[in-house]
Amino acid sequence: MKLFKALAGSASAVALMASAAAAEISDGVVKIGLMTDMSAVYSDIAGEGTVVAAQMAIDEFGGTVAGAPIEIVTADHQNKADIAANKAREWGDTGQVDAFAELVTTSVALAVFEVAKQQNKIALVSGAASSPLTNDACIPTGLHWTYNTRALAVGTGSAIVKEGGDSWYFLTADYAFGEALQRDVSNVVEAEGGKVVGAAKHPFPSSDFSSFVLQAQASGAKIIGLANAGGDTVNAIKAAHEFGVVAAGQKIAGLLVFLTNVKSIGQEVAQGLQMTVSFYWDMDDETRAWSAKFEEKTGKKPTGIQAGTYSAVRHYLKAIEATGSDDTDTVLAKMRELPVQDMFAKDGVLRSDGRMVHDMYLAEVKAPSDSDGEWDLLKIVRTIPGEEAFGPLSESTCPTK
Amino acid sequence: MLTDLLGFPPQVLFGQLLLGLINGAFYAVLSLGLAVIFGLLNIVNFAHGALYMLGAFATLAVTKYLGIGYWGALIIAPLIVGAFGIVLERLMLRRLAGVDHLYGLLLTFGLALVIEGAFVKLFGSSGLPYPTPPQLQGGVNLGFMFLPWYRGWVVVASLAVCFATWFLFERTKIGAYLRAGTENPTLLQAFGVNVPLLTTLAYGYGVALAAFAGVLAAPITQVNPLMGSNLIIVVFAVVVIGGMGSIMGAVVTGLAMGVIEGLTKVFWPEASSTVIFVVMAIVLVLRPAGLFGKSA
Repeated sequence: MKLFKALAGSASAVALMASAAAAEISDGVVKIGLMTDMSAVYSDIAGEGTVVAAQMAIDEFGGTVAGAPIEIVTADHQNKADIAANKAREWGDTGQVDAFAELVTTSVALAVFEVAKQQNKIALVSGAASSPLTNDACIPTGLHWTYNTRALAVGTGSAIVKEGGDSWYFLTADYAFGEALQRDVSNVVEAEGGKVVGAAKHPFPSSDFSSFVLQAQASGAKIIGLANAGGDTVNAIKAAHEFGVVAAGQKIAGLLVFLTNVKSIGQEVAQGLQMTVSFYWDMDDETRAWSAKFEEKTGKKPTGIQAGTYSAVRHYLKAIEATGSDDTDTVLAKMRELPVQDMFAKDGVLRSDGRMVHDMYLAEVKAPSDSDGEWDLLKIVRTIPGEEAFGPLSESTCPTK
Repeated sequence: MLTDLLGFPPQVLFGQLLLGLINGAFYAVLSLGLAVIFGLLNIVNFAHGALYMLGAFATLAVTKYLGIGYWGALIIAPLIVGAFGIVLERLMLRRLAGVDHLYGLLLTFGLALVIEGAFVKLFGSSGLPYPTPPQLQGGVNLGFMFLPWYRGWVVVASLAVCFATWFLFERTKIGAYLRAGTENPTLLQAFGVNVPLLTTLAYGYGVALAAFAGVLAAPITQVNPLMGSNLIIVVFAVVVIGGMGSIMGAVVTGLAMGVIEGLTKVFWPEASSTVIFVVMAIVLVLRPAGLFGKSA
């Protein structure tokens, strides 16, 4: 009987302690709402892989943080802002979701920002690329993790101008992202002494680029800058090769190219293409080990968006662990205080405008003869320091920075 | 010169006209298949884009697993996908014969979503590369533009198939049966013609045409599970403009819309995905049965 009492006593003490810890965690659970493109154009570069990546971060914590279980809920936003906004609102209002994650496609990220602002919830953006997310369109709780159009511009744009590519013609996807990318690259090109001779805005998505490629050729520009992404970039590069534009001496600058895109262009055609990446699986032992684990689960090497989702979710959980709370303002302050330290980012800094500043990399597609395997596609040419890639905080036009 | 007035040198304009014709050739083959199917089965085949995509994937598959190159695939891929179409017709579409158009539309639309969804799941959404056949690599400089041999081949092959289809339907006995089947299937059956078999074959043929376009497209775009969903709406507009079920209408309108779209890409690129629908709206107002359609 004595033993039983003692046992019961200690059990209730444990229960008390646990509930004391969980009291700081709203609803007793840390819930992350991950929204991504599960079925359409961006489902390869983001998609299911970002869920796996987020889960890998959660697993590192053993599934609990500050005594509360970590849960993840997911949704397919189909790249539609209205679907994303409705889902986010539902999650926030009745689904006990504490933070939104991933949010590929700029229009989606902007829509979820609006909800996150009203509900004072953290939005961990990985896939959307537009730099306005931490400038004019910033919100106090919106964090932009993986990359942005400015970093892409600085990486690829300035590298090409320095090599003599000083006149540009843009093929630009006709939506917010394409415009942001073109604007950011134009700024870099002009700052480096180059000039922009013209641009054609193409519908998003487009399957045939022959017409646009010939217009670019007629412009006489040395560089054809592709301010688009995914299948659009792939088709534009293929058309430029097919129509002899590359053979005639013009160079193609793919401004947002992912590992999976290189595979669908084919290495033969893509070799020599320069691109700015936030992450490449084959950089050091840490990235290789993480990517091998990721590949076991998905059959593919991770893209930057996927690795960035892992890093963002992990850092968010780290801050909850450190503060024992999931209160938005407390967690945000801690996230800014702690350096981002993982296989994705070394000494990353989360700024008050929401930008996570970390090193970016200029990479080049290897020739097929230099490749050792299916995924041995890139070599890193240069490390772009975070400050150079994302610009100083003083440059940010975010009103709440 | 008019072209100079518009601010574009004539070379650019000629080039764009030719490119428009090349794209138009795709529209022609795809809308031809739709027209055949609508004409015979009275089904608005929304699965056409997915079947076009299957044609491209079949090309990839026979090359990879059977070692048959592009030229073999040009024949085999349409046969495989056509056979798949026949199975679809026998198992599903047949059951909707005689009911409202809407049911066929919903069924084929659902099929398209299922097929495309399954392929995204299996192969991802980035697409896979397919090389241009070695015989057709490179191109010729026409003075006003560089024409890749492959694009030239696409126009020749498409027009040949369109002509063959027209000949089959308008100049042969089987074509006469098919046309009679559209007009009055009951009467034709009374003459001892196996009309159900005829419609099955017609559906298979329409599907094979879609797959043929898919084979032609494989080396140009990446082979992508969603390649058809981007195209199908445009092709439908082409069929509506040409007149539902009209073979000649589908071919001529396909080529014409390719050219109009090509020119729009020069003068107002942002509108190039919309221009065909503007034309469709105008045609529907002025001639509801389409340019070549018989008014109901």
